[in-house]
Amino acid sequence: MIKVKPEHLRGAANICSANGRHPLAAMFGADETNIGGKLAIYCLFYNTDKRNMDIVKAEFEDEDKLSYPCLTAIFPAAVWYERELHDMFGFEPEGHPDLRPLVLHESFPRDFYPLRKRYAVNHKVRGQRDFNMCTAQGEGVFEVPVGPIHAGIIEPGHFRFSQAGEAMLQLDAKLFFTHRGIEKAVEGKTPMEALPIIERICGACSVANTLSFCQAVEKLSSVEVPRRAWLIRTLALELERLYNHVGDTGNVCAGVGFSPMISQGARAKEYLQQLNEELTGNRFLRGLIVPGGVTMDVDDKLMELIAEELKRVKDIYSSMVKIMWDAGNFLNRIQTTGIIRKQTAEDLAMVGVGGRASGLTRDSRKDMGFGLYDELDFKVISKTNGDVEARIQVRIEEVEQSMDIIRQVLYLLRQDKTELRVDLGELKGLEGAWGISESPRGDNLQWLILNAEGKIERLFVRSASYPNWPALPIAVQGDIIPDFPLINKSFELCYACIDR
Amino acid sequence: MLDMLEAIFKGKIATEEIHTTGSKRMRGQLITKQGESNLEAAAKACPVRAFTIENGSPVIDYKKCLFCGRCVEACASLQHSNKEVLAEVLTDVQAIVSENVKASLGRSLHVRHLDAGSCNACDFEMGALSNPIYDLHRYGIAFVASPRHADMIMVTGVVTRNLEQALQMTYEAMPEPRLVMACGACAAGGATYGDTYAICGRVSNIVPVDIAVPGCPPRPSAMIIALCAAADLLKKRL
Repeated sequence: MIKVKPEHLRGAANICSANGRHPLAAMFGADETNIGGKLAIYCLFYNTDKRNMDIVKAEFEDEDKLSYPCLTAIFPAAVWYERELHDMFGFEPEGHPDLRPLVLHESFPRDFYPLRKRYAVNHKVRGQRDFNMCTAQGEGVFEVPVGPIHAGIIEPGHFRFSQAGEAMLQLDAKLFFTHRGIEKAVEGKTPMEALPIIERICGACSVANTLSFCQAVEKLSSVEVPRRAWLIRTLALELERLYNHVGDTGNVCAGVGFSPMISQGARAKEYLQQLNEELTGNRFLRGLIVPGGVTMDVDDKLMELIAEELKRVKDIYSSMVKIMWDAGNFLNRIQTTGIIRKQTAEDLAMVGVGGRASGLTRDSRKDMGFGLYDELDFKVISKTNGDVEARIQVRIEEVEQSMDIIRQVLYLLRQDKTELRVDLGELKGLEGAWGISESPRGDNLQWLILNAEGKIERLFVRSASYPNWPALPIAVQGDIIPDFPLINKSFELCYACIDR
Repeated sequence: MLDMLEAIFKGKIATEEIHTTGSKRMRGQLITKQGESNLEAAAKACPVRAFTIENGSPVIDYKKCLFCGRCVEACASLQHSNKEVLAEVLTDVQAIVSENVKASLGRSLHVRHLDAGSCNACDFEMGALSNPIYDLHRYGIAFVASPRHADMIMVTGVVTRNLEQALQMTYEAMPEPRLVMACGACAAGGATYGDTYAICGRVSNIVPVDIAVPGCPPRPSAMIIALCAAADLLKKRL
């Protein structure tokens, strides 16, 4: 970890980024006044050569002087992180082009910084702050407001389109409606006490979030997690990817009203979720992963069931994919729609399906090699077109890879006789640790510091949707507004994950 | 096109009867069994304080329960059955919805979904209701695009400060008589994340709630039974 003065944060971060070879992974604040520190900003950069994170930390001497030269000017990927730092701690990134609120909406007063330690977790305070939407102006340009309550069964977000006829000139998204204050809610809890909350940051990324958290906790212990636990964790992570990808492939078709395929996708997803329940007693695989291992074993009978169900799903899915690619009018809608160029993906440090459809090859399973992924044989799927079609194709091929990984895991599970769970013993306090895992949407990253009593002092949650959301308003520019649902569904980003 | 028709025919009818019992490992209603009883430890282990002890026997607030299994881990005489906990009708008559509501036909209910701060698990399960396995339409129940078309809003999530106004306005936009269903542990119990600066709590803190569906998230079958009960309730109110 490199410690710098706030005025040198930008320079140090610039060196760490190695000309973009080490993209910005996360940027967040911490109030360390209770553990003998100060207010601080952390920047994490992926260092794939070392399979580690390069960390830069800037400490602020005076809590009334929180300004520093913004990073957004050199890393566009920092734009949301810095808005969040401004909201939650009151940091002042100088020269930031857009310091509107991000997380806290109109009902919160201006000088309320919830993640500072001087505010209690349930500090209820009301006020008024402005939250202006960014719009385009000009003759004939009109605005279309949509949400936060939408027509379908989806999560809440407000979209403001600036239209020139049918074409979308500009889109501004107001998100964080489901902000529950989770990072503050877990403070003061032990990792085990916080676990039910971590599992409930997001439904569709439940396994990935829990696994990132558990890995961060395990780094603070000297005990090694048994191999069998890691095999079952890998199984769960890939099952999560499967039910998401399969369902999302069908759901993209909802963007163009291609009903038979919506049904096929939903049907295959349902079978996978029923399998989840057989495995863990919960259709979102909750209750399985804990710090130190897993709570449930997978016996021979369950392994047979998994193999059987995967075959059934594979049959439905491959017939579905074939039909989709035979439908000329469907291809017509998805090709060249909602393009993200590779440069944009790099600038925004995009992750997961969104990034890999635009020519990036980043996948934390390969880059960071967490768990047992180094032993498993799989390919990172990458496409170069960056359009809706590319994002669907990445998913389709990843489904194949995931099924293959599961087959390998089942084979290894049969030969493995190790334990399910170990006691982690005493956890190191006052030391930061990160955990990462590859969710269906990309890598979910968490940063954890415990205090001297082993309770959570600070947890930062950056899920895969966070770096990818700012790409959506760029992808839609110039496309027609009826294509918005299609483009949106092709990213299929979580709201709950980023809102926290 | 022919491939598509072939796939549809070959796929046959996927729709199934709904079951209120789940897989062997499903964590449903709590039951007591033989074994050393340590109720205090169970109550202490509950992350949302849904587990309390009254006169020496356990009382479980299923509206709050996350079905996480911590109490069962702590107390050997407790066990999760794989039976679903059914919805509770909160207004008119205090009653637990019985399973046979799903049998009666001849009703209709139009529902608007409202995410008031959920983790999206409830929302995904609600989406699953329209898949070919559950096919919600066969019960005369449909999701509509606007609260103005709805008889009921089905609210998921603990109400966040950022969505409080949206919930209020959506409720007011509905024509009377209107029903509110609090779907899942967050909406019904509101204890999932504890009390924070960003949370207003369970739905009944903001608007009156008629039906509460336990579960984290409730399984699609539990939602269907609750929806059928809501349709019956609506018939009474009209």
